[in-house]
Amino acid sequence: MTKRQLWLRFIAHIDRQLLLGLGLLMLVSLLVLYSADNASWDRPLNQMRNIIVALVFMWVIANLPLHYLMRTAVPIYVLGMVLLIGVALFGEISHGARRWLNLGVTTIQPSELMKIGVPMMMAWYFEKHEATLTLKNYFIAALLLFMPVALIARQPDLGTALLITASGFYVLFLAGLSWRIIGILFATGLASAPVLWSMMHDYQRHRIMMLFDPSQDALGNGYHTIQATIAVGSGGIIGKGYLNGTQTHLDFLPERTTDFIFAVLSEEFGLVGNLILLALYSFVIWRGFIITSHASTYFTRLMSGSITLTFATYAFVNMGMVSGILPVVGVPLPLISYGGTSMLTLLLGFGMLMSIETHKKLVKS
Amino acid sequence: MKKRVEFKNHQREIFHFQLRLVVGVGFVFALLAILLVRFFYLQVVRHSYYQTLSENNRIAVVPIVPNRGLILDRNGVVLAHNYSGYTLEINQSKTADMEATINELSTLVEITGKDRKRFKKLLTESHNFETLMIRNRLSDEEVARFAAQQYRFPGVEIKARSFRDYPFGAKTSHLIGYIGRINDAEVAQLEENDLAANYRGSDYIGKTGLEQSYESDLHGTTGIEQVEVDAGGRAVRMLSSTSPVSGNTLILSIDAKLQEIAEQSFGNYRGALVAIDPNSGEVLAFVSKPGYDPNPFIDGIDTQSWEELNNSPDVPLNNRALRGQYPPGSTVKPFMALAGLNYRTRSPEQTISDPGVYYLPGSGRQYRDWKAGGHGSVNMFKAIQMSCDTYFYGLATELGIDNISHFLSRFGFGKKTGIDLEGETSGLLPSQEWKMKRYQQIWYPGDTVSVGIGQGYSLVTPLQLAFATATLANNGVAYKPHLVKEVQSVRSSENRLIAKEPLYDLSIDPKDLDLVRRAMVAVTQTGGTAVYASLGAPYHIAGKTGTAQVVAMKQGEKYDADKIDERHRDHAWFIAYAPAEKPQIALAVLAENGGHGGGTAAPIARKVMDYYLLGKVPKPLVDAVEKGVAEHD
Repeated sequence: MTKRQLWLRFIAHIDRQLLLGLGLLMLVSLLVLYSADNASWDRPLNQMRNIIVALVFMWVIANLPLHYLMRTAVPIYVLGMVLLIGVALFGEISHGARRWLNLGVTTIQPSELMKIGVPMMMAWYFEKHEATLTLKNYFIAALLLFMPVALIARQPDLGTALLITASGFYVLFLAGLSWRIIGILFATGLASAPVLWSMMHDYQRHRIMMLFDPSQDALGNGYHTIQATIAVGSGGIIGKGYLNGTQTHLDFLPERTTDFIFAVLSEEFGLVGNLILLALYSFVIWRGFIITSHASTYFTRLMSGSITLTFATYAFVNMGMVSGILPVVGVPLPLISYGGTSMLTLLLGFGMLMSIETHKKLVKS
Repeated sequence: MKKRVEFKNHQREIFHFQLRLVVGVGFVFALLAILLVRFFYLQVVRHSYYQTLSENNRIAVVPIVPNRGLILDRNGVVLAHNYSGYTLEINQSKTADMEATINELSTLVEITGKDRKRFKKLLTESHNFETLMIRNRLSDEEVARFAAQQYRFPGVEIKARSFRDYPFGAKTSHLIGYIGRINDAEVAQLEENDLAANYRGSDYIGKTGLEQSYESDLHGTTGIEQVEVDAGGRAVRMLSSTSPVSGNTLILSIDAKLQEIAEQSFGNYRGALVAIDPNSGEVLAFVSKPGYDPNPFIDGIDTQSWEELNNSPDVPLNNRALRGQYPPGSTVKPFMALAGLNYRTRSPEQTISDPGVYYLPGSGRQYRDWKAGGHGSVNMFKAIQMSCDTYFYGLATELGIDNISHFLSRFGFGKKTGIDLEGETSGLLPSQEWKMKRYQQIWYPGDTVSVGIGQGYSLVTPLQLAFATATLANNGVAYKPHLVKEVQSVRSSENRLIAKEPLYDLSIDPKDLDLVRRAMVAVTQTGGTAVYASLGAPYHIAGKTGTAQVVAMKQGEKYDADKIDERHRDHAWFIAYAPAEKPQIALAVLAENGGHGGGTAAPIARKVMDYYLLGKVPKPLVDAVEKGVAEHD
């Protein structure tokens, strides 16, 4: 094999358009992170390492044939459930929530695993019963979704629980859950809101209340929202300029390298920067939809559709939270926020998309 | 039930899926639209609002407190100034265990019991976010010692500050007053007067004396520094600044040396002295004995010291010169004589016979002269020189209270002089209306008799009497007394002069004046009541002695100084001006429980005049009383 052939082989399962979109977003991440970290290279360099590790995993997944992927669905789900139960029983408490499991060598957050595990399991289930889908199957799929979500919500980690619920719901929706049932679910969801409210922890209620009037608690929970909104609003159309964000550099923005990194971008690059970011996200999402529409099997269609929609949801929830239209739920801005776990989980998903796109001919034949 | 197996229709299924996918795309578009609208709203529609919020976040306006204006005497001697020094301050909110922190600190810098007490008082008076001073005037060594250990005290810091200092201490306390920490009432007052902005960052305000009455001059204009701060409130860089303008310098008409001499001349007596230049109203000396050291008041005096001052029988906190009200006694006689001449009640030549007692016509009441047996045949000149009571009992009765009260008020009796200090009292010039209003009683002829010799209801302050004397010395042309001669602006070189124009001219007949003034000179000469006052003086002194009763005598009772408790002895008055021909200084001296004016008050006046007119600094004086010179009122 020549070098060229080797190269071709190497990139055979990489979707170039998707990679282009992801790469540009990662560049944005490094750029903004450098500013958010007060012009220090510490976090950008770490993030670069995170990116490289995640890209390797993405490449591996992309090269896995689909039936391998499908086969991992059940083990991953079961493992995830075991770990979640472990967390519930033996988990470490930090900041009043039991999310982490200490495995001796390292601590892990099993809910991250379930972000991919749950939709995969559901898609697997639907694929298995593809030929004879009845209401019962939807019910069982919903149960597969509900069990881990309940455990995660109990930790409590409402943000992750809601996002996994969303990704699971997308599977149900794409699998053809009837509109009537969707309507009923929606109605019961609204009706049960007061019940949910009563079950929430005080801090969770607080965050939702803050959304309606952040000034109520300007130095407490409202502080994040107020300062982020000020950063976004004061950015104006063209922004204050790179490295010139006063909210960012004078420490007014909390968690500005992680959950609130969007405020940094917004303050320094303004509406123009926001539009560019939205365009990049749209491009990636668009490509995800294209791949989904090409997907050859039921499993892959459901999986890629769910991954794409979930990605869009993540981006929306984060930007919505930073710009003050959604409660602060602790969701990072996908591909931009500092952090290895989130980057890895996302790229695993995109690896699957690539695998789905590049292995379909094999499946068809 | 027949089990129905549905075979999948691949095409249809794909169609359904695609349909759902399109809904998904639509959903994503909707999310996108929501974000776009939100961004547009925040970054375009509401941009300027958030821009302002962000600027407010980032920019802090830091006030720069101006240096307080200096206070100098007429020759440039410093009476109040500022120096910079270091203080040790504790931030309450950052200090958990105050007691432990202070104990720990005391191992590094000296913290006395008084410091602790003062700090405790500050604690109870302050808001809990303020930093409070535990020690001031740290030595360089103490600063260094603390700085090395500062990491152990997160809520404690050393600050460089400007301190006020009054070098003359108690000698000028009633004149200069002092500044102190601004209290809540003063904050409200400043806000009401729209001055709050200029006091941002200022901790002190004038509380009494000139520090209070010239506060607006002394304070200066606060400067502003705009600094960029981070979320922790730390200054990152300076954006712009406006320099503060120091307070104006007060140049007093007071002569510090004269003030000191006057103060010392009182010896152990309590009392007051006000000396005025009759040609301008400039106050040359303004003494209230005893004074108090104003310096501890600046940063809050500790409770114990305060109690000591406040409960002292000597009432050192009372400004006797400004607020002390005493019966004028015989010092009123020259003015009574002028009234008699003015209303042509008695001619200068008219003589009366003094048997030592005055019988009020139409009543059985008798009024004794101070001299048993009386002065014999007395005319107006002699009556003043010898201070004959009987003469003035009669004159008062003949004048009537209405004329007396009208005439004396022209010399400022019963009215505030309007000196540039706050809290002046107006004394009391009785009249028919006053008595009706005060006691719902009609005026009796007997009341008038007492007023004739400055007793009864009459009350004056030493300042009022000095003003009246100065007016008399200046032939009836009155100047408002003032302590500040000029206000010197730091910014422009222009000085603002205080009161140069006369208040009014009483237009008294020169012949009348001449008689009274000659009689007053005779007071200090052989045959007068204050011979000792002018003994050996190379200039002529015009004066008048007086005695203010502390305890009322019963009808027929005889006053015997030796038998009376020291604090119930009469107060001694002496009013004087000199040189008699062309007066340059007029004064009123009150020596509390001093007995006779000629014996105790007059020597004090003499020392003041000797220094002012001759530049003569008195030797430690042998008191007239000790010398046993028995002189009488």
